Amino acid sequence: MRRFNSTYFRDFDWVLLGFVLLLSVISVLEIKSATLQTKFRGFETKQVEFLIVGLILMFIISIVDYHTLIDIAPWAYGVSLVSLVAVRLVGSKVLGARRWIKLGGFHFQPSEWVKLVLIVAVARYFWGLAGRDLSWRDIGKVFALVCVPMAMVLLQPDLGTSLTYVPILVCGLFLGGLRIKQAAILLLVFALIGGIAWKSGKLLKPYQKARLTAFMDPDNDPKGSGYQIRQSLIAVGSGGIWGKGTNKGTQTQGDFLPIPYTDFIFAAFSEEHGFVGAVGVLVLYFLILMRLIQNAQTASDLPGAFIIMGIVAVIVFQIAVNIGMVVGLMPVTGIPLPLMSYGGSSILFTFLALGIVMNIRIRRFVN
Amino acid sequence: MENTPQAEVVRAGNEEKLAPGKLHAAQYIVALVLVVLLGGLWRLQVIGASNYRLLAEANRIRKVPVLAPRGKLFDRDGRILVDNYPSVTCYILREQIRDASKDSPELALIARGLNLTVDQVQSILRHYQLAPKYEPIPLKKDITPDEQAFIAAHRDELPELETQDEQRRLYPSDGFAAHLIGYVGEVSEQMLDDERYAAYSAGDVVGRSGVEQTYDAVLRGTDGYRNIIVNSHGKEVGQLGQQLAVPGQDLKLTIDLDIQMAAEKALQGRNGAIVAMDPHTGEILALASRPTYDPNAFAVRLTKAYWSQIINDPEHPLLNKAIQAQLAPGSTFKIIMSVAGLEENVAQDMRVNCAGGATFYGHFYACDARHGGVDIHNAIPLSCDTFYYTLANRLGIDTIAKYATALGISQKTGIDLPNEASGTMPSTAWKLKTQHAPWYVGETISVGIGQGAVTVTPIQLARALGGIASGGAMQRPHVVFPDEVPSELRQAIAENFPGSGEKAFPLSVPNWQLITDAMAQTTITGTAAAVHMANIDFAGKTGTAQLVSQNFGAKGMGSGANRANAWFVGMVPRRNPDIVVAVLVEHGGFGGAASAPLAAQVINTFVTKKRKQDNNLVVAEVPKPKPAETPAPGEAVAAPQPAAIKQSSPAAE
Repeated sequence: MRRFNSTYFRDFDWVLLGFVLLLSVISVLEIKSATLQTKFRGFETKQVEFLIVGLILMFIISIVDYHTLIDIAPWAYGVSLVSLVAVRLVGSKVLGARRWIKLGGFHFQPSEWVKLVLIVAVARYFWGLAGRDLSWRDIGKVFALVCVPMAMVLLQPDLGTSLTYVPILVCGLFLGGLRIKQAAILLLVFALIGGIAWKSGKLLKPYQKARLTAFMDPDNDPKGSGYQIRQSLIAVGSGGIWGKGTNKGTQTQGDFLPIPYTDFIFAAFSEEHGFVGAVGVLVLYFLILMRLIQNAQTASDLPGAFIIMGIVAVIVFQIAVNIGMVVGLMPVTGIPLPLMSYGGSSILFTFLALGIVMNIRIRRFVN
Repeated sequence: MENTPQAEVVRAGNEEKLAPGKLHAAQYIVALVLVVLLGGLWRLQVIGASNYRLLAEANRIRKVPVLAPRGKLFDRDGRILVDNYPSVTCYILREQIRDASKDSPELALIARGLNLTVDQVQSILRHYQLAPKYEPIPLKKDITPDEQAFIAAHRDELPELETQDEQRRLYPSDGFAAHLIGYVGEVSEQMLDDERYAAYSAGDVVGRSGVEQTYDAVLRGTDGYRNIIVNSHGKEVGQLGQQLAVPGQDLKLTIDLDIQMAAEKALQGRNGAIVAMDPHTGEILALASRPTYDPNAFAVRLTKAYWSQIINDPEHPLLNKAIQAQLAPGSTFKIIMSVAGLEENVAQDMRVNCAGGATFYGHFYACDARHGGVDIHNAIPLSCDTFYYTLANRLGIDTIAKYATALGISQKTGIDLPNEASGTMPSTAWKLKTQHAPWYVGETISVGIGQGAVTVTPIQLARALGGIASGGAMQRPHVVFPDEVPSELRQAIAENFPGSGEKAFPLSVPNWQLITDAMAQTTITGTAAAVHMANIDFAGKTGTAQLVSQNFGAKGMGSGANRANAWFVGMVPRRNPDIVVAVLVEHGGFGGAASAPLAAQVINTFVTKKRKQDNNLVVAEVPKPKPAETPAPGEAVAAPQPAAIKQSSPAAE
């Protein structure tokens, strides 16, 4: 046991944790600034509480061998589906969507941890394939694996979170050996289905469609669908190179920027800390992601690498979509920025995911 | 790059590893994503920064006008005529309206709280459709305290409503001096197209009539503004800077409130006009017109009903009859005839035998009575038509026109009030020009008694007869002391209100004495003997201008709408008068009965006041307010100034 402890602390990725904590501190400070003039004032202390809980969970999950997690993945997957059904039945409705379950005073968003379960489940599935060529049947199975919970989340409706399941699937297929021909066919089929779905208007609600297209021309409807994106662009752009300073962002403090402590926190940060600050955050993300990929490289087995890369895929996807939205390159989808946005479920996902990464790293010399 | 799927998973016993190539690819993808995002940031924060900074400022900074209070108007003794009162206007910010549809509960709430209908709110919104969206538009002016309380209580539900403190015009009630003072209104589209209104922008308040219009440039002041910081709900959270409003300049009018009141009172219940002037200077002491209107109704929410009532009134309440009514002068014109006759050396030795009229060119022209032997001395007090028919016939139309024109008939006087009318003086040239017909000598006869084509305004008559009594010295009438306004504006007003202005008519002294004595006799034994005032040297001339078309000699008063217009022009004292009063009572009948008593009331007020002041009842002089400064409210009730009394000065120059 003693030996384990020393190995544990030695092999724990302190560098990664350092970067993560640095970003978390930046996040807490920006949440404080962004909520200063709002009724959400003081949310930064709640965020700190979430971070502490996240850190504890991270340490706990890093102790349990990740192979155990892989072993219980089918069970966890089952529970996931049940929780998604439950949220439809007993979930509390916020802004027209049922996403939350109340658990002992906490609002819990099952769709976040389903993400984690999916990462492990997909890793387990490809491990089971043991490196053989992917048949269409295999592809069909992995699609079913991801798309069933995804459809349930989409129906909540929560377009944003359901989209974060896509990178898990794509990453799995990419690493699992999808051939170029297969990829091309899949792309074609999805382009077709997407086109038809868009036209028919059944899958997406009109407000979702309006939000998805508004980013291309935010001035078209500056008071309606284009409002959020327009205010975000103004916030980021007016920050300039050096920013307006903490608590001095006029867009953030004047309540022009929508939800500046969650989805648009990067806009608030960019307004107050400018291009220099924003690039600093991007660099931190880069270091964290490179460190994660490095851990995937050193993982002792295939599922370990798969899991880490699944996590990387989800984080990269969320960064791309969230910051892309904030700078006007992507539509508004309501996807939080990992490690920056306020919110317990998002933090818990991120730190549980990091715990699993630590877990895999610690066991990289096993076998 | 390794593309073959077989190579991607390296299997070595239990060792399963991902192909390093795929992980490298993943690293490149991550780097690429971050670089693209970096590009997005560069585009906004480095390239677009200045543009977005402007947008951010426009978002949060709102320029709120601070309206300058208009200058107040005082009478010549410093007593207030027109004041301002604090008022609150409700503005609506269209950017904040969530639902502007007909059935919107939001609009219904606004309408209910402001005592409007949803239709009214929507029509106001439609009216300002073309104005920039960020501009607040006035929804309701001069709102009540209840309505203010409603707005304050619904700040969160109705962030689109804003209030602004303003100063509004408070005019005297009952249309007192309404035509003189005028009224203000919003600048119209046509005015904005006019280069003279280059300094105005839409929504500005501008004088639309009377003194308010002529002296708008000094009365209006300069609006200031405040740059306030607002949040996304339009709530003010701070202030960046401000430019203070410069209040409009107060003006002291030449009007004497006591005389104005006497004139208003005299006209009560009648239609017509009274204008009182100091012939030495041209200062208007009183100017009243009836029917009148309520200028307060124009300043705030002019209702359609009131507007159509005013516009459709056959008596034209908006018409300032003192300067705009163009009517036959009747016998008052005989004074001008007398000047012509005497100066031409025709009237001196002319004697006619009045047998109740005379025949000229085959037509009989009637007189009011059989005056018997008449010469110039008694022709004026008796107002004998036969004498003036004969005189007109001897002089001829063009000689009459020459003198009348020299005395200001058919020309604007140049009074500093808008839309003055010029009247008409017929002549052979005039008839050829306007009717392309030759003048018939028979037409001259009626002109001799102020009938026919000759028309005058009350102000013209006051200036002409006052000038004759002053030995021929005529002044430009004005209602504001010239030294009250900067010289450029004085110059501009002189140019914008052209007229005969100041003029010296070369009237010989014996003729002057003769005419003024005859006018004095009018109020003693003549046509106005009924208004004789003991111990007052009251001179004047009556006029009864028939409206029934000149039926050659048919003398009669007419009745109803055809009843003759009653004129009287009176002055005190007979030579170099200190005041001349012209009275017009439309359809009043006989001038001596209908108009002369009104003039006597005004003149009596003037004389009584002057005598009181001459008995050292004058209060010490109060310094008049300096231009461009708002006087303290207390100064408004200033004591009469000695300037009110002008010691009669020799007139003939």
